Amino acid sequence: MTTATNHYDAIVVGSGISGGWAAKELTEKGLKVLLLERGRNIEHIKDYTNAFKEAWDYPHRDRPTEQMKQDYPALKRDYPLNESTFGMWANEKENPYVEKKRFDWYRGYHMGGRSLLWGRQSYRLNEADFEANAKEGVAVDWPIRYADLAPWYDYVERFAGIAGNRDGLDVLPDGQYLPAIDLNIVEKDVAARIKKAFGGSRHLICGRTANITKPMPEQNRVNCQYRSKCWLGCPFGAYFSTQSSTLPVAMKTGNLTVRPYSIVTQVLYDKDKKRARGVEVIDSETNQTVEFTSKIIFLNASSFNSTWILMNSATDVWEGGLGSSSNALGRNVMDHHLNAGAWGEVEGYQDTYYSGRRPTGFYVPRFRNWGSDKRDYLRGFGYQGAASRENWRRDVAELSIGADLKAALTEPGRWTIGMGGFGEMLPHHDNRIFLDRTVKDKWGLPVLAMDVELKDNEIRMRKDMMNDAMEFFEKAGIKNVQGYNGDYGPGMGIHEMGTARMGRDPKTSVLNGNNQVWDAPNVFVTDGACMTSASCVNPSLTYMALTARAANFAVEALKKGEL
Amino acid sequence: MERRELLKMIAAATGMAFVGGEVWAAGLTAPAAAGSKSLFSASDIALLDEIAETILPKTTTPGAKDAGCGAQMAVQINDCYNATEQGWFVDGLKQLRARSQQDYKLDFMQLSKEQRHQLLVKLDAEAKVRNVQLQSNDSTNVTTKKKAGDKNQPAAVVAPSAPHYFTLLKQLTLFVFFTSKVGATEVLRYSAIPGKYDGNLPYKKGDRAWAT
Repeated sequence: MTTATNHYDAIVVGSGISGGWAAKELTEKGLKVLLLERGRNIEHIKDYTNAFKEAWDYPHRDRPTEQMKQDYPALKRDYPLNESTFGMWANEKENPYVEKKRFDWYRGYHMGGRSLLWGRQSYRLNEADFEANAKEGVAVDWPIRYADLAPWYDYVERFAGIAGNRDGLDVLPDGQYLPAIDLNIVEKDVAARIKKAFGGSRHLICGRTANITKPMPEQNRVNCQYRSKCWLGCPFGAYFSTQSSTLPVAMKTGNLTVRPYSIVTQVLYDKDKKRARGVEVIDSETNQTVEFTSKIIFLNASSFNSTWILMNSATDVWEGGLGSSSNALGRNVMDHHLNAGAWGEVEGYQDTYYSGRRPTGFYVPRFRNWGSDKRDYLRGFGYQGAASRENWRRDVAELSIGADLKAALTEPGRWTIGMGGFGEMLPHHDNRIFLDRTVKDKWGLPVLAMDVELKDNEIRMRKDMMNDAMEFFEKAGIKNVQGYNGDYGPGMGIHEMGTARMGRDPKTSVLNGNNQVWDAPNVFVTDGACMTSASCVNPSLTYMALTARAANFAVEALKKGEL
Repeated sequence: MERRELLKMIAAATGMAFVGGEVWAAGLTAPAAAGSKSLFSASDIALLDEIAETILPKTTTPGAKDAGCGAQMAVQINDCYNATEQGWFVDGLKQLRARSQQDYKLDFMQLSKEQRHQLLVKLDAEAKVRNVQLQSNDSTNVTTKKKAGDKNQPAAVVAPSAPHYFTLLKQLTLFVFFTSKVGATEVLRYSAIPGKYDGNLPYKKGDRAWAT
C-alpha cells in the first residue's frame, strides 16, 4: 500500500536523543524526513503534567504502590519506579522481555524517549578510548579516532548547551561549555585536598551537564532554575531533550513529519539493489500495517530496539536478520556497571549551607590504568557524587520522640559526602541479546531475550571502585568512611550499548566507520548499538556527535548519488 | 546520579532501612490484595493521628495532626506495603492499644498528652533494642537476600524477622509529615523555584533545613 504520500527522503526510527538529532540534521540539510515514534506524543511544556508538583501533590507522596510493583517487576528494582514519572516507562505487560539472566531494561516509549528522563551528564570519550581495543587486543578496533569525532563534539555541545569547566585533563577532553554549575564549599575543599594528597593525579571537578546556565533565546530555552526536577520535563527548557532542542528546530524547517504510535517491525530490504527501500510499521492503536519508503533510514530506536529491528529484517536473505552476516548482531552488550563507591562524614562547616537544587554534582575522572598506573584488569571508572547536609531522613539515635526530635529534624544535620563509580564494561561475544519467538508482545511480535553478565574484568574493577573511593575520602580527611559494593544487574546503568557495533571489517562488525550497515549502506544506526567499546563516561553526548557526523555523511553521499 | 544516591541512602531516624523499600521487600513475596478495602476504620485513623502527633507534636510550628498524618498513613499502609508488612502495622496497633490498657488501664485515646509521650518513649526504647538485635543478625540476612534476588537460584526465600511495630509507625510518621505541604513549607523551608545555586550559604543554628 505504498503511495506517493508514504515516500520520504529519509526515515528516522525513534525520537530520543539520537533520533532527535538525526531529524534535526537531515531536515536542516533539506531532506524531507519522516520521524517514527512507537509511543504517544508528548508536547513540550504542555504535556509535562507533573513539572510543578511536589511530594504532597501525589496520592502516595511519590512512592510506588504495591500495584505498581506488581505491574513493573523490572522497573521496581531501582529508583525509576515512582509516581512522578509513572507512565514515562514502557509498560512491562504489553512489552515483555525474557531474562535468561537478570537484565534491568528501562525503556521510554513515547515522543522524546529517554531524552526526557536522562541523567544529562555529558563527557567526551578520550583518544585512548578509541584506541584501547586495538592496543589491548579486545574485541575489534573502532573504525574512527577521537580526531574524527572532535569537531562533531564541538558542534553538538554548542547546540545542546553543556555546563562545565575546561579542566585541561587528557583523560577527559574539554569541550564547548556554558559556565559550570558550581561545587559547594565542602566539595571545593575536598577537591583541593585531593589534588595535594595525590600529587595532581586525581581530580574532583564540576560535573558537566546538559543543563544550560545562560538563556538560549534562539531555542526558546531559559537557563536552569535549580529545581532539580529535570525528569518531569522542564517547563523552562533548561535541559537538552528532543522536545526542548532538536524537535523544534526540525519542525521549523517544514521538512519534518512526525508519526507517533508507529512501531517499526522491519526494514524492507531490496535483495537486488542490496539497499533498504523503507520500513514496515504497525500502528499501535489500529494494529494496521503500513509501509513507508525512503532513500535512507536512520535507526535510533535505542540500542536494543534498533538491534531488534535489524534482527527482524531481511530474514529471507540472512536468517539472523540484516547485519547478522557479521555474527556481531546482538553480541557485545555493554552497560556501565555501578553501585560501588563510598561515603563518609565531613567534620565542621556547621556555619555553611546551600540554596538551590543542582541538577548535577561533582565528577572524578578515571585514574586507573591511566598514565603509569597499571591494574590487574583493563580500563577504568569515573565517579559521580555530591556533598550535602543531612535532612530529616537522618539517623538521630540519641533522640526519642516529641518536640526535641521535631526540633532537631527541622534543622540540617552533618555534612556528608558520597560518590559512586561508573565502570567500563568490556565487549564480550557471549554477552548477547537474541529474538525469542516463543514469547510475543501485545502486537504479536517476538521479544528480546537477554543473556548478559559481568565478567571477571568488571568484577575485579568493582573492588577498586569501592576501595579507591574509600581511600580518596580518607586522604581528604573525611570521617567514618564506609564503602559499598552493592547489587548491580546489567542494564541498571541505563547505558545499554554495543549490539550493532562499528568496525573496520564486515565479517566482525555490523556498521562501518560512518555508521552504515555493511549489508545495506543506506541504513544508518547511530544510537548506543553502534558503540565498539563503552569507555566509562556517560555515553549520550557521543551518540549525539556520531549522529550529526553520520547525517552529514549521508547527505553528502546522497548528493553524490552514492546511496 | 544524585537522585540514585539519595534514594538509596534513605534511612529514617530509626536506625534501619525504610520498611516498605526494596531492601525489605527482597525477602517478601506475598503481594497485598489489590483494591482491597481499607485496613483501617475511622477510629484507627484517629489513633494513628494521635500517635503521629505524639511523635511530632505541634510546637511553635504545626504538628502531625495539622498535616493530616493519620489519614495519609492509612493510605500508605493500604497501598504501599505488602501483605506481610501490612500485618505488622495492623497487629502493631492492636499491641499498642493493649499496652496502653496494661500500663494505664486506659485506652490510648484517653491518655493525657504526658502519658502518651511517656508510653511512646518507652516503646521507642524497646524498639531500638529490638533493632540492634535484628542488625546483629544482619550478616546472615544479607546472604539470604542476595540468593533470593538471584534468578538463577531456586527461590530460597526467607522473610526477614518482623521489626518492632513502633519503628514502622515512627518511620511512616516522619515520612508523611515531612513530605506533607504543612511539614515541608511551614516546618521546613521550601522554595519552588530557587533560580540560582549558592554553594556557600551562611548558616546559623536554628535556621530551618530545606524540605527538598
